Amino acid sequence: STLEPSLYTVKAVFILDNDGNRLLSKYYDKELYPSMKEQKNFEKNVFNKTHKADTDEIAFVEGMTIVYKCSIDLFFYVVGSSQENELMLMAVLNCLFESLGQILRKNVERRCLLDNMDGVFLVVDEIIDGGVILESDPQQVIQKVNYRVRHLQSRTVSTVWMNTDSDMSTILEDTDDYRKL
Amino acid sequence: MIKKFDKKDEESGSGSNPFQHLEKSAVLQEARIFNETPINPRRCLHILTKIIYLLNQGEHFGTMEATEAFFAMTRLFQSNDQTLRRMCYLTIKEMANISEDVIIVTSSLTKDMTGKEDVYRGPAIRALCRITDTTMLQAIERYMKQAIVDKVPSVSSSALVSSLHMVKMSYDVVKRWVNEAQEAASSDNIMVQYHALGLLYHLRKNDRLAVSKMLNKFTKSGLKSPFAYCMLIRIASKLLEETEAGHDSPLFDFIESCLRNKHEMVVYEAASAIVHMPNCTARELAPAVSVLQLFCSSPKAALRYAAVRTLNKVAMKHPSAVTACNLDLENLITDSNRSIATLAITTLLKTGSESSVDRLMKQISSFVSEISDEFKVVVVQAISALCQKYPRKHSVMMNFLSNMLRDDGGFEYKRAIVDCIISIIEENPESKETGLAHLCEFIEDCEHTVLATKILHLLGKEGPRTPSPSKYIRFIFNRVVLESEAVRAAAVSALAKFGAQNDDLLPSVLVLMQRCMMDSDDEVRDRATFYMNVLQQKQKALNAAYIFNGLSVSVPGLEKSLHQYTLEPTEKPFDMKSVPLANTPITEQKTEFAPVATSKLPEKPGPTRQDIYQEQLAAIPEFQGLGSLFKTSEAVQLTEAETEYVVRCVKHTFARHMVFQFDCTNTLNDQLLQKVMVQMEPSEAYEVLHYVPAANLPYSQPGSCYSLVRLPEDDPTAVSCTFSCTLKYLVKDCDPNTGEPDDDGYDDEYVLEDLEVTVADHIQKVLKPNFAAAWDEVGDDFEKEETFALASVRTLDEAVGNIISFLGMQPCERSDKVPENKNSHILFLAGVFRGGHDVLVRSRLALADGVTMQKYSLLKSESLVFPSLPKLSYIPVMEINTGASLLC
Repeated sequence: STLEPSLYTVKAVFILDNDGNRLLSKYYDKELYPSMKEQKNFEKNVFNKTHKADTDEIAFVEGMTIVYKCSIDLFFYVVGSSQENELMLMAVLNCLFESLGQILRKNVERRCLLDNMDGVFLVVDEIIDGGVILESDPQQVIQKVNYRVRHLQSRTVSTVWMNTDSDMSTILEDTDDYRKL
Repeated sequence: MIKKFDKKDEESGSGSNPFQHLEKSAVLQEARIFNETPINPRRCLHILTKIIYLLNQGEHFGTMEATEAFFAMTRLFQSNDQTLRRMCYLTIKEMANISEDVIIVTSSLTKDMTGKEDVYRGPAIRALCRITDTTMLQAIERYMKQAIVDKVPSVSSSALVSSLHMVKMSYDVVKRWVNEAQEAASSDNIMVQYHALGLLYHLRKNDRLAVSKMLNKFTKSGLKSPFAYCMLIRIASKLLEETEAGHDSPLFDFIESCLRNKHEMVVYEAASAIVHMPNCTARELAPAVSVLQLFCSSPKAALRYAAVRTLNKVAMKHPSAVTACNLDLENLITDSNRSIATLAITTLLKTGSESSVDRLMKQISSFVSEISDEFKVVVVQAISALCQKYPRKHSVMMNFLSNMLRDDGGFEYKRAIVDCIISIIEENPESKETGLAHLCEFIEDCEHTVLATKILHLLGKEGPRTPSPSKYIRFIFNRVVLESEAVRAAAVSALAKFGAQNDDLLPSVLVLMQRCMMDSDDEVRDRATFYMNVLQQKQKALNAAYIFNGLSVSVPGLEKSLHQYTLEPTEKPFDMKSVPLANTPITEQKTEFAPVATSKLPEKPGPTRQDIYQEQLAAIPEFQGLGSLFKTSEAVQLTEAETEYVVRCVKHTFARHMVFQFDCTNTLNDQLLQKVMVQMEPSEAYEVLHYVPAANLPYSQPGSCYSLVRLPEDDPTAVSCTFSCTLKYLVKDCDPNTGEPDDDGYDDEYVLEDLEVTVADHIQKVLKPNFAAAWDEVGDDFEKEETFALASVRTLDEAVGNIISFLGMQPCERSDKVPENKNSHILFLAGVFRGGHDVLVRSRLALADGVTMQKYSLLKSESLVFPSLPKLSYIPVMEINTGASLLC
């Protein structure tokens, strides 16, 4: 029952919001949950078993090892086989989390993530390629993605817009946050 | 339009999702702006993000609309916006299987891959390889080779990983890049190193020598990447396993040295590899166990989890090796991560003493409701193992299990509990009534048909033999009233068993049966009618044959025989004895490690080994008319390992004949053997009727030859026989390289080891769930009783084992398990002698002064000759017949 030596370490990676909705999800093993329905069921199952115990970082669901992390209203999951080295999966999760943290200027929360979804897709693409760990150093990932953040909500009252899109700032004028500014 | 959405969402608070109300058609409509000049990178980027988001949510894109959007997207390559270009690569990858003619972007991607912008090159390679097929791959081969050895790490890594993805599709092309991969492996970049190693291994994994050389090189040169080290450890342990090399091998030394690596990931991988090696001694395990012990107190939950999970595995085989970690494990019992706590407790249950069991069980019951089903199953399995180790603890366990049974949980979990209770009941007769009571309560509210029918079956088997069988009737009859068809049918069968065994319950059972005859389901009605009629006869023999002990034939075999019977109309009634017997299920193997992936597919009963042989033999003309195959033996080696010719024999028993199948392999590459056969000289009145030679036996291709032997009919006591065997053949020398044989050959022969036919070859195992009823069924007309002294046997266990293997019969009523500290034991065996004669053995064993005495009863349903039991010592088979006597 020795593990077949292979670079295909990651079976799936997904990001869910605090209601368990899928924001991003990639499955790298075609035989594992081939249909969208099975994937979403699995995600729901994983979410139900992990969202309460948000201080934990590892779980075992449906015969798969899951490492996860939660930030404000987001849950990040990396899935590997039951025989996979848990620390390799952790390395992927940490790299994903830290890369996004840097891209989103530490605002790792749902709204900010969705506003920069293109950057998130690119980060995941630089970390895992078809289940192979492509890069595990967040600095390298940031450098390769070379992404400039958009609409940043600060942690205080105000919302700061970093982009120059004039259309967008007109929308803001109507919001309470902006008036307080 | 979209902006209004944004605005509304903004107002509704931070919980909004800008992609929430996306409509595919609207997004595709928007994608038309890809064609506008000049390109607006920001808006286009937003639309591409939406498309990818929709695909990721599982939105279905039709081929037409996908192709249209894809072609529009290709225009965006004109923009120099970096993020937009990167999103184009992503779109290409996402749409590669949905859109048509994706190869249209090949030249754009090739340009980016070889261009000056390093940020484009890696991603462009990965996108390009995603849309490339084998023929196109040849066209970009030159660029791929260059990219693999490129000095920019992201380019090299991208090329290596993409090559790995393409190995499956285009092995022959990718294997030509092995030199480039080799060069990349010596890169300074840790990821490039790792990817190169992965690709090299994948290209060479079927060549053990090359893998060995590669390992040798990398373990000496030393790699920088911890990932690459993990990979090396896996390769090394696989090679160790395949070559069955001893633990003095340099590969083992390498793995052990990794226990001192500075990366925890590598240390853990090495420890895990050592733990999983077969045949590790406690001393070899010790260093791995110590690093795992250290990890138990790590602040990282993943590391604690990994460590305790691996220790749990060690504890399965070497509980004593883990005892040193008991203190650390105790600390993990209160770990906030319940998975870790559960694993710690179940490990302690394996390594701790009997006195700690109660405390640990209390601890685990405090949080069992919080853990996932997968780990609940682990707990149940640990309890099951404990019950075997400490039988005295079964009442504590039973209590615990019954509480778990009441909790919520999925099918796998409930099944594990039910299985565990059943095994406790079977091991400990005094716990039978409590256990049955818990199970009765469980089926009162059980949503799982499989479990309900299983428990009903058990109630039918065990209930009638308890002191107060009447109390189970209510639970069973409730099922008839309340449940689905399958459960009702099972309940009817269970009821019938109570009626058959307990005379005072019979009238009530008949009344209930009468009610079941009005059931709305055919199967339930049929069963009730059938049992009603059998029970009304009040004949023990009928009850035994039709209620207690069902069919012993193989169901696929019965189906085939009946089909055959309908094809050839005949006056003769169908003979059940012509149907091959079912291979009795081997006692269920206890699952070794706990969290295992639960298989999603239901198990399909495939053809058995015997079914396959039956088909093969039926295809040989010489073996027509032998009837159905009665029994197939395990293979017997007739040569030493690593001789010129390897021959093993499989014995096939028919009603009056035996077929010996000799599977031969020629291990000489300069010889071709022809007309290969095994000549047999029997010691008894066995007559060799036919030899079916193997026409050709080229180097390393196994072939079979057969002998057909008639069993002596006039002397039915001759159940055992020794054959001296000689392999005879025509040798043609041949060219080792081409296999081209010479024209002329010469006859030669090769002496094989003797082949024995024993009593067990004539008897097929049959399980009689109710042995006493079966014994009564056949009556005592053919009973025979004898007493033997078993000189060389020291313990009852040993005697039981020897008798079973000598007679080749099925132990019943779990009588193969000898209770501890007993001086006497009764063994029940059941089987069928070739020709379809039932054989039952009731063997009373007694231990006195180190000598085992035994009383031996033999019972058959028909007159038939059967040898008496020989002295069960290590005497040669020849002597076995000396005590044979004739029975009528």
